[in-house]
Amino acid sequence: MQKFANPTVFLKLANALLPWVWLVTLLLFAFGLYGALVTSPPDYQQGETVRIMYVHVPAAWMAMFTYGLMAFASAIALIFRHPLADAAAKTAAPLGAMFCFLALATGSLWGKPMWGTWWVWDARLTSMFVLMLLYLGYIAIWQSLDDPHRAASLARIMALVGALNLPIIKFSVEWWNTLHQPASVFKMGGPAIDSSMLWPLLFMALAYTSLFVALHLHALRTEIASRKLRQARLSAIRTS
Amino acid sequence: MSAALKALLAREILLARKQGGGLGAALSFLLAVIVLVPLSVGPDLALLSRLAAGLMWLSLLLAVLLTADRMFQQDLEDGSLDLMTMCALPFELVTLAKAVAHWLTVSLPLALIAPPLGLMMNLDVTSLPVLWLSMITGSLALSLLASIGGAITAGLRRGGLLVSILILPLYVPVLIFGVSATTLMMGPQSSTPSLLILLAITLVALVVSPLASAAALRIYLR
Repeated sequence: MQKFANPTVFLKLANALLPWVWLVTLLLFAFGLYGALVTSPPDYQQGETVRIMYVHVPAAWMAMFTYGLMAFASAIALIFRHPLADAAAKTAAPLGAMFCFLALATGSLWGKPMWGTWWVWDARLTSMFVLMLLYLGYIAIWQSLDDPHRAASLARIMALVGALNLPIIKFSVEWWNTLHQPASVFKMGGPAIDSSMLWPLLFMALAYTSLFVALHLHALRTEIASRKLRQARLSAIRTS
Repeated sequence: MSAALKALLAREILLARKQGGGLGAALSFLLAVIVLVPLSVGPDLALLSRLAAGLMWLSLLLAVLLTADRMFQQDLEDGSLDLMTMCALPFELVTLAKAVAHWLTVSLPLALIAPPLGLMMNLDVTSLPVLWLSMITGSLALSLLASIGGAITAGLRRGGLLVSILILPLYVPVLIFGVSATTLMMGPQSSTPSLLILLAITLVALVVSPLASAAALRIYLR
């Protein structure tokens, strides 16, 4: 892994990989969306609205996965001073926030016909909402400091504190929810789902993951370029 | 080491007392919230009674947050923190002492005053002791978590808003168990589990927040 810490080596690899990642993403989306919108049956209770699930559930998964990745990259940055780890965490955050927003928005669109309301203070919805706030706070740190090294170090701490707190938040929100509205049943029960619906969902999950990889590689490439630009500008100022 | 700790605590408390501002402003904020709530949701006593405990917790939380960005700012600006890195105490203990001082001078007094003020919102008198217990325990967690936000934003000109974005998500568990202790008491269940979990959250914050705040402050000091 240390080898890819070198930005030049990483850039070479990223440039070689990106077209293939995009190709895989497009293929996976084509398969997944075809399965989700055409071949999979409408649900006997939810009707056609069940198709929202195929874009909703993977977004929620990715939102959580991305926070994990961000926290992991921050830990690597803290422990090994890996020069790319901070950039990886920084560029993952807006993507994660976007996935979070997508999950909340599509969930809301599904909730209106199914629950009769745009928003329910259900445990899952609430913890997703808090996750989005954690993302926004993390992004806000990067935006409020001019010095990128200082911002990187502070953002690491916040990402790790957030990762420590996330299980506590999730647990307490579930406790709170079961106290106040035990009637709201929201279970997609993983293995209980029929295979005709399961495979498009899995394809969509892979497609989302692949999309994340592609976008993350792009963002990292941009981040490295803007770092170089900053360095060049600074040295230009020094020599002039 | 304990002499240094005592001296540091005494300094912080003395400074907070002489400077003023912190507790006074927070208390005024608490009072302002109490006035504004009935104006916004209506003077219905039954409704207010149901909201009282939650609203008192919410205003306590926001009032503590209001003072968080000042926790380290001045000491960073005038160089006191640089000196404190050189004293006999580990720097983590220095930040812990400052957080505890914040608790003693801002959060704890607010936690003691807030429950009786809840009576103005028709809070049930029998729930006062539990609200006191939960607020006294929880306010320590609030101060400790606020110290993380205060440390991260210590060197920023306008850190106030950033502190709220950073810290409010971390306050979620404290709020939930703090309020559930009182609402449970009105029902058939006991409030002890909520209080114990609140205590556990406070203990976790006691471990995590000095480490995180010290790490954040070191970045500004290097």
